[in-house]
Amino acid sequence: MAIEVAHISKSFGAFKALDDVSLKVNDGELVALLGPSGSGKTTLLRIIAGLETPDRHPDAAIRFQNEDVSGRAVGERGVGFVFQHYALFRHMTVFENVAFGLRVRRRATRPSKEEIRDRVERLLALVQLSQFSRRYPSQLSGGQRQRVALARALAVEPQVLLLDEPFGALDAKVRQGLRAWLRRLHDEIHVTSVLVTHDQEEALEVADRVVIMNNAKIEQVGPPDEVFHQAKTEFVMEFLGQVNVFRGRVRLGKATLGELTVDYPPYKDDAERPATVYMRPHEFRIQRHRNGQPNFAAKVARIHSAGALARILLRTNAGEDVLVDLSLEEFGRLRLREGETVYLYPQNARVFVPQLASCAASGEYAI
Amino acid sequence: MEAVDGSPIWQATAWTGSAPTVRGATEDSRWLQRLLIGLSVGFLTLMLFAPLAAVFVEAFKKGPGAYFASFRDPYAWSAIRLTLLTAAVAVPANLAFGLAASWAIAKFHFRGKALLITLIDLPFAVAPVVSGLIYVLVFGMNGWFGAWLARYDVQVIFAVPGVILATMFVTFPFIARELIPLMTEQGTEEEQAAISLGANGWQTFFRVTLPNVKWALLYGVILTSARAMGEFGAVSVVSGHLRGRTNTVPLHVETLYNEYNFVAAFAVASLLAMIALATLALKTAVEWRKERELAEAARGPC
Repeated sequence: MAIEVAHISKSFGAFKALDDVSLKVNDGELVALLGPSGSGKTTLLRIIAGLETPDRHPDAAIRFQNEDVSGRAVGERGVGFVFQHYALFRHMTVFENVAFGLRVRRRATRPSKEEIRDRVERLLALVQLSQFSRRYPSQLSGGQRQRVALARALAVEPQVLLLDEPFGALDAKVRQGLRAWLRRLHDEIHVTSVLVTHDQEEALEVADRVVIMNNAKIEQVGPPDEVFHQAKTEFVMEFLGQVNVFRGRVRLGKATLGELTVDYPPYKDDAERPATVYMRPHEFRIQRHRNGQPNFAAKVARIHSAGALARILLRTNAGEDVLVDLSLEEFGRLRLREGETVYLYPQNARVFVPQLASCAASGEYAI
Repeated sequence: MEAVDGSPIWQATAWTGSAPTVRGATEDSRWLQRLLIGLSVGFLTLMLFAPLAAVFVEAFKKGPGAYFASFRDPYAWSAIRLTLLTAAVAVPANLAFGLAASWAIAKFHFRGKALLITLIDLPFAVAPVVSGLIYVLVFGMNGWFGAWLARYDVQVIFAVPGVILATMFVTFPFIARELIPLMTEQGTEEEQAAISLGANGWQTFFRVTLPNVKWALLYGVILTSARAMGEFGAVSVVSGHLRGRTNTVPLHVETLYNEYNFVAAFAVASLLAMIALATLALKTAVEWRKERELAEAARGPC
């Protein structure tokens, strides 16, 4: 079921959690809401679920498959909600937890005892917890509890599955496993899902599309590789992955920072303006000599090569730190030593000029 | 009244003297241990056990015949009936109010919450006699509503309603105080989960909220009942000590005692003592069941 939220705002007292947010989620899609804490992502999820009501606004709407559900209570929206701390019923067994949503139905729509048992058993098999049905939540590990919470949410056959930081409370190893498992599960049952997370790795790995939120607004929406490689705003650029930030100036279609100049066609004015230039650590080449390409000098300050990449920290003549990632192959060929001066050749730079209308002025220009 | 973690202070604390490893310290510690145990046992015997025993000794001083004869007095029966009636009204009423107040405090944010919490504690802070006087001031003949009530021929002070009201006031905090810390700690996530799964308000309350607090609630009910049947001060002020009409068991004991009818006074008092003992037994049983349930639930995967 497709979800559409339009012009949603939400304030808690003086704090603005959501500021005129609109978003569409396609049928069968898995979308991740990603952002730092306080960015409004959980509030948005809870508003979709009906656990919070948005501020009144004439154009505000929440539609499931083009049908306005704003007036419907959470229990009538057909959503499955998985809470951050699972919120399992502590006095019920795993079986009773999963059966709860079916047992509280009105007699007319309540399945028979046998049907409930069958369905719960099927769900427990789906989340690989069949042999745990008689256990209490306190007897389960974090990952198992998470799966019970998911089975319980799925038991009511929701049109939409909403997950609030589903793996937030688990340790790294378990997270990895559950993340891959959740993606497989989604491919199996195809229920439209929205997942809230502050872990970018999780969002980029699991989701079909990522919604990046900051300060009560949506910064960018797109497939994982698009938001990562074509950041539309400075926030997204800085939030996703590692990035080197330089303060520079733009004038007459050129951006300059120190001894480096890059083309920046959108700004043709004669008046100089400050600009921010971003370069990813893996988008550099290092050489010992200057050639005709744009480059700048820097001194090798520290080398970490214990990993899949060699991570080199350098310092420019102006005293700025630059982080560069080299493949181990390249690193082995160069044989860099700490303290030597080399030349950095940026392969890619993104320039943002703050005072101009944000989207039009920011762009990505290969060098 | 209560420790921070929600366990009442009268709960016996385990002896925490650690097993000493050094010889010199061993002797010292054992000596100290014996002294402390001896002191506490002596103190308890003198202050608690002896008076309790004295109640029964005095009650049976003139033999079982005299003891049981005390209960054949119609005034004694009426006092027992009134006490039971008072508890029968005050306990369910406080159960409802206590649950509602705890629910509101634990699950919602609103202005004046701190004030409400303080108000709930008021009956603990105020001397019972003062609680009684407050009711006289409000409902008495010369009180705020006295004249208005008299017009409708409703008598509160020196009548059964006054006794019940004063008892309710004094026993109000027991249930709320048991529930608030527990419900606050449990939060509202389970309720939200129940609602998101389609449960309505009543289903959520009876299937999720109530089972989660049942032991604390039962505990609160036991304490409330014990106090409701044993309250003296507040009830004494509002009841007027009308024999056969507004005398509760504790007041009846006092009346008998003042008339030098010691056997009857102690016989009736022995009833209260037995209620106290039964309360302790029940309380222990509840704690034991709760512990066992917790231990069962906490037993790790086999």
